Amino acid sequence: MKENGKPRTLFEKVWSAHTVRDQSDDTPAVLYIDLHLVHEVTSPQAFSMLRERGLSVRRPDQTIGTMDHSTPTTPRNELGIIPVADAMAAKQLDVFTKNCSDFGIPMYALGDEHQGIVHVIGPEKGLTQPGMTIVCGDSHTSTHGAFGALAFGIGTSEVGHVLATQTLLQNKPKTMAVNVEGALGDGVTAKDIILAIIAKIGIGGGTGYVFEYRGEAIRKLSMEGRMTVCNMSIEGGARAGMVAPDDTTFDYISGREHAPRGAGWDAALSKWRQLPTDDGASYDAEITLRADELTPMITYGTNPGMGMPIAATVPKPEDESDYNKKIALDKALNYMDLAPGQKLLGKAIDVVFIGSCTNSRISDLRLAADFVKGRKVADSVRMMVVPGSQQVKRQAESEGLDEIFRAAGAEWREAGCSMCIAMNGDQLQPGQYAVSTSNRNFEGRQGKGGRSFLASPLTAAASAIAGVVTDPRTMMAAN
Amino acid sequence: MEKLTHIQGSIVAIPVNDIDTDQIIPARFLKVTNKEGLGKAAFCDWRYLEDGETPNPEFILNDPVYQEASVLVAGDNFGCGSSREHAPWALMGAGFKAVISTDFADIFNNNALKNGLLPIIVDADTQQQLFSLAEEDPSTAVSVDVEAQTLTLPDGRAINFPLDEFSKYCLLNGVDQLGYLLALDEEVQAFEARNPQRVATTA
Ligand code: SF4
Repeated sequence: MKENGKPRTLFEKVWSAHTVRDQSDDTPAVLYIDLHLVHEVTSPQAFSMLRERGLSVRRPDQTIGTMDHSTPTTPRNELGIIPVADAMAAKQLDVFTKNCSDFGIPMYALGDEHQGIVHVIGPEKGLTQPGMTIVCGDSHTSTHGAFGALAFGIGTSEVGHVLATQTLLQNKPKTMAVNVEGALGDGVTAKDIILAIIAKIGIGGGTGYVFEYRGEAIRKLSMEGRMTVCNMSIEGGARAGMVAPDDTTFDYISGREHAPRGAGWDAALSKWRQLPTDDGASYDAEITLRADELTPMITYGTNPGMGMPIAATVPKPEDESDYNKKIALDKALNYMDLAPGQKLLGKAIDVVFIGSCTNSRISDLRLAADFVKGRKVADSVRMMVVPGSQQVKRQAESEGLDEIFRAAGAEWREAGCSMCIAMNGDQLQPGQYAVSTSNRNFEGRQGKGGRSFLASPLTAAASAIAGVVTDPRTMMAAN
Repeated sequence: MEKLTHIQGSIVAIPVNDIDTDQIIPARFLKVTNKEGLGKAAFCDWRYLEDGETPNPEFILNDPVYQEASVLVAGDNFGCGSSREHAPWALMGAGFKAVISTDFADIFNNNALKNGLLPIIVDADTQQQLFSLAEEDPSTAVSVDVEAQTLTLPDGRAINFPLDEFSKYCLLNGVDQLGYLLALDEEVQAFEARNPQRVATTA
């Protein structure tokens, strides 16, 4: 797929295959969108706009809806229905149902066997495929880049643009190669890789870029691990992160509901194999990390860039030379009620949340279940496990993971975003500390006044058992 | 969208880096199905005390001397995090017409421009100067000329800021970007004819 012999990156190949009109001095490029994911929270005003202008949805057959953000994860009633107690959330869900039905968009309603977090269901249904353009009114759309798709979050006006025209106006981003060389040690996961990358570049470090994750450690990750990494690209400021597709990718997709079949599969495969970056292609920027030097990571502050190796000490504002950064760190430690120079290991916690589009897939749940099996969650800790989709939930239950979690004293919930965004009543109380497998530790993100330590499912599980922030490797050694 | 050609207004500073969209408008306010009334939720968790209603006297936006401010000066990397367009809706609802920072998160930048909220990028020195000016004299006003892409400070210094041509055209003429895309229907049809559909969600 070299064009005129010029080597190209994965991003450039996908970008140029989707430009309806090239960028000019006066106008951004017009990009064709293969798949549009919609959910209840960022779509209502876009549908209203369509109604006001008498427009239809151009390609309902390239659009799919699911309910996830504001939905309860509390148990079903005797009729098998998950009741929605919050009147505003209920109204938003009703509006979403009507919008999808009026405009002919297939949609998975709350409790449906296919419902789940938008970034979990796309891949699991085989809708997410290499070389596609995928958008959603949600910044973690970057998740789908794990398949070698160009996938990014958009605002509600842009949701309206894609609904009406299946296209988007976009200025071409720059590219950054993010190389992760070497192999991960025991107890160190994909989540630790991405937390380390963000700690290194800072939360605005990737603004204006699309990341391409490369190197031995990325190649060795499962698709679910790659999704965890790509998911948090936006926490480094990059709207999209991509991984070149390989046999791991193709094996994952093969046989899924929307995967190509028969001759279509062979044709797709030969196209997908041409997507990886050509030798000699160049990036606008490049960074490198050594996976073998990584330990479990944890955040201490109020943005995902404020992360460190789990055994490190919280940085001191006085050591920060940049004035604005010093103020930011001071403010963050004040909110988190942490002292400069203090260790997080051994810090008592109140809640452990395992879930979110970062870490709620079956392999995340298996990892955590394996760890808590035969152990008990500390009395002082509330542990919630929220599967990313109804399909993940069923799979986990068929493997008995729900029983393992329950026996350990954890809550096993219905699927959804839950405490990642705290819109549905699943939230921290003011002052509480949580170890969370989600992606954002902003002030109040998991509940007003709540304090989040972001970490991997292993670290979260170990901390739940110990009741304090714990390096999972110390408990693995004790096994 | 209304035309935006000039802004003349006083400034207020929140000199905090990385102000994320969860601070600009917390997620619990996203259960709305329209854009109205979000101004009172802007910076809600900083603006009000525990009860969510009593204004926090410590927070700058509650200071009576800054009530007229229409230009917000913020720390680096403003608007990071979630893609919620409720962030510019809330800022505009709270009376802001422009935000000044050293850089903006990509999605926030796009969302702001689509609603006529102007993101103005300045260098770190200018940002610091504006922080000081706002603190020393709450009546400090700036003026913005969108066509010329200039921000004029009280001392008369005019600073150029970047603005892509297309967004500028839309702001100056009060047109939104959808009209442009709708007019490309033939090109989109030709693209679809050349490129087979990738997945069908209805299949
Ligand atoms: S799980 Fe969290 S980050 Fe992911 S889509 Fe839901 S709210 Fe957004």
